[in-house]
Amino acid sequence: MSHAIQDRPVSVAPRRGSLSHARLPRWTPAAIAAGSIAGGIGIGLGAGWHSKVQWGMIAALLFVIGTYALTSKVEGSRQAKDRVATSVVWVCFVLAVIPLLSLAWVTVSKGIGVLDGYFLTHSMNGVLDAEAGGGVYHALLGTIEQVLIATLIAAPIGLLTAVYLVEYGGGKLAQAVTFFVDVMTGIPSIVAGLFILATWNLILGFGPSGFAGAMALAILMMPVVVRSTEEMLKLVPNELREASLALGIPKWRTILKVVLPTAIGGITTGVMLAVARITGETAPVLLLVFGTKLINPNPFEGAQSSLPLYVYEQFAVGTDAAMARAWGAALVLIAFVMILNLVARGIARWKAPKTGR
Amino acid sequence: MAKRIDVSGLSAYYGAHKAIDDISMTVEPRSVTAFIGPSGCGKSTFLRTLNRMHEVTPGGRVEGKVMLDDENLYGSHVDPVAVRRTVGMVFQRPNPFPTMSIFDNVAAGLRLNGSYKKSQLGDIVERSLKGANLWNEVKDRLNKPGSGLSGGQQQRLCIARAIAVEPDVLLMDEPCSALDPISTLAIEDLIGELKERFTIVIVTHNMQQAARVSDRTAFFNLAAVGQPGKLIELDDTERIFSNPSVQATEDYISGRFG
Ligand SMILES: Nc1ncnc2c1ncn2[C@@H]1O[C@H](COP(=O)(O)OP(=O)(O)O)[C@@H](O)[C@H]1O
Ligand SMILES: [Mg+2]
Repeated sequence: MSHAIQDRPVSVAPRRGSLSHARLPRWTPAAIAAGSIAGGIGIGLGAGWHSKVQWGMIAALLFVIGTYALTSKVEGSRQAKDRVATSVVWVCFVLAVIPLLSLAWVTVSKGIGVLDGYFLTHSMNGVLDAEAGGGVYHALLGTIEQVLIATLIAAPIGLLTAVYLVEYGGGKLAQAVTFFVDVMTGIPSIVAGLFILATWNLILGFGPSGFAGAMALAILMMPVVVRSTEEMLKLVPNELREASLALGIPKWRTILKVVLPTAIGGITTGVMLAVARITGETAPVLLLVFGTKLINPNPFEGAQSSLPLYVYEQFAVGTDAAMARAWGAALVLIAFVMILNLVARGIARWKAPKTGR
Repeated sequence: MAKRIDVSGLSAYYGAHKAIDDISMTVEPRSVTAFIGPSGCGKSTFLRTLNRMHEVTPGGRVEGKVMLDDENLYGSHVDPVAVRRTVGMVFQRPNPFPTMSIFDNVAAGLRLNGSYKKSQLGDIVERSLKGANLWNEVKDRLNKPGSGLSGGQQQRLCIARAIAVEPDVLLMDEPCSALDPISTLAIEDLIGELKERFTIVIVTHNMQQAARVSDRTAFFNLAAVGQPGKLIELDDTERIFSNPSVQATEDYISGRFG
């Protein structure tokens, strides 16, 4: 792009038939944003409104209107529409980010107080509700074990189902499987919990355990894995399958050695997202894992705890010390999911097909 | 080891649609046979029936016989996987495996069908890359991904990958149509060398290319869009381009249609 076009002074009037026209300087949106925020605060104070939400809405409105007015005056109506669209996107982005940031802020600020080595390495054994102290070790251990078992059940089944649907499917059976996967996606987590409770605990007579919870979590996880893996497998170009088959490589080895490795980055990300989703599940855990104050490292025998369940219990207790522990555990839970996501991204990047250019 | 291909009464379908009709021809060993003809006349389809890749397409179905020396590829006890090891294929767009290094790409055929000795792998890869005239360009970066090569190099990598499994026949479907003229020339030279060892069938849209590289040329045509394609004639390349026996061939070659 030639600099001559950009460096035209603002005062030059648009000339018919010319490719250049008056442009607002680059810092205009920032200036309008600052002005509208000031305007929003001013109007809010002047009218005596207390709600900051109202101030923000006035500011957003001023921003969009101001952008339109200024641009249509200087740059013309087409550019004005373009700028309005851009500014609406910005406003929406800010609206989406505010709750996210405030959630992170509140959790960190309330949770960081109790979070220390002691909190991470001790259970609630012998800690009274109103007492400070105690920790999340038993809950963290429970969450890790339950999620691990759920993943070990759901990931292989989900993966193989997706491979069947994409590589072998096409008939009536595949349609039926797709339908049931869709139905499963919509199962509320409490229903999955009740299902395991009714079969595993009531009919087969097992007591509460981490494993029972893990089975319910696996039910919730499976359709997510199937769906995401399916999408990833569909992205693998058919040419690669044909290239492999044409070398005289059997179909199953083609899938194993060519198709899956090509898609492995995306598949891992999908599985990790599914893991992140079930890590925060409370309802089935409440029904099936039951909760305990003690460390129970055996997921197959006896009640365990888990992080979301721990948060729920402490919150229900409601004393200051318990509330602090609840926020601390919430922070640990968020950090746990975040670390999982980072690991997933790392794996995805590491395993992604390399272009080498 | 190059083998003769003898096709008789071959028709191929996509579901209910008949793509090629009743084709019979003989492809001589250690020669290059070129397929020419307008788009959609079934050249690719026919080529893919020669290594049983046609049936990989959903709905793909074949009638007729393809004899490779004295074995019918469509005999009831024939394993399509074994056929594809004997009849290799190079595709229109270079398609190296993106997760594999240059070395692994060439070794893929051997490794993945489990028929190799570890100690020989390095030699076979070197020999195949030399055979595809790519060795000197890549010998210092065998562990780099194959997708980092230029288009022409990638296509030669695909040829190296195909010849590494020592097929008897090599099928090429417009192998140069995605390449620049210099890479095209490199591949054409390569074809000239490869025909010492393999029976080669090449589909091309480029008449000069057919004239340059092939010994025999087959002209395919179709009566109308939607009709199945047919073999019009197969003859020595020189004859096809100087004095074809069918008027349609002459029209096509001289650019009067298609
Ligand atoms: N995968 C497919 N499914 C259905 N029809 C196909 C498919 N591939 C090719 N065809 C049809 O088969 C005919 C021959 O195609 P093709 O063999 O690709 O021709 P060519 O290679 O000579 O251009 C065309 O009518 C085409 O529409
Ligand atoms: Mg074609």
